[in-house]
Amino acid sequence: MPKVSLSHFEAALLFAFFTSIVFGVVSKTNDRDRLRYGLYCFAWFLAALFGLGWLMFLGHR
Amino acid sequence: MCALRAKEPLPPANVWGPAVALAWLIPGGGHFLLKRYGRAGLLAFAITGMYLFGLMMRGYLFHPVKGPDFLSTLMNYGGFVGNVCAGVLYLLTVWLGYSQPEAPGAVHDYGAKFLVTAGLLNILAMVDAFEIAAGRKD
Repeated sequence: MPKVSLSHFEAALLFAFFTSIVFGVVSKTNDRDRLRYGLYCFAWFLAALFGLGWLMFLGHR
Repeated sequence: MCALRAKEPLPPANVWGPAVALAWLIPGGGHFLLKRYGRAGLLAFAITGMYLFGLMMRGYLFHPVKGPDFLSTLMNYGGFVGNVCAGVLYLLTVWLGYSQPEAPGAVHDYGAKFLVTAGLLNILAMVDAFEIAAGRKD
């Protein structure tokens, strides 16, 4: 098994990607809503990622 | 004021049991058995991908051992349950002798979280397979 070394950002992005797929698939009742919900979750993951990143950056200044 | 809905009776276990069991054993397998091939493929891709990246980041697999305090014990047992819920991915990993010790570092830490989360996402897939098999969802 190859070893990968990802940055915080890459790992969090990958986490958001896979998790959003599953959230989208299991949560809604038709394909259009599933796609929209998956994208919605992914967008919120990204918003939280950047929000918390900036919060930590400003908190350490 | 919200209306109270009568609790739906649980269908017999032979209706939903095989789908839920297969959903645990093989990520996406329950949906595949229920002929939801597209969703089965997406679940298999996402859960297996998450788990494989966890392994490639050399994540730690939790063991059900008592820790020095309650929180450590809770994490060990909770993490173990999360790992086991990944089904055949976890079983293969253990059978093939993967034993990454708990190591400091963000990448190892992310890896451990990826391995546990893959199992937790598989629980969601199992619940979804149950709802479809029981006729509560399309």
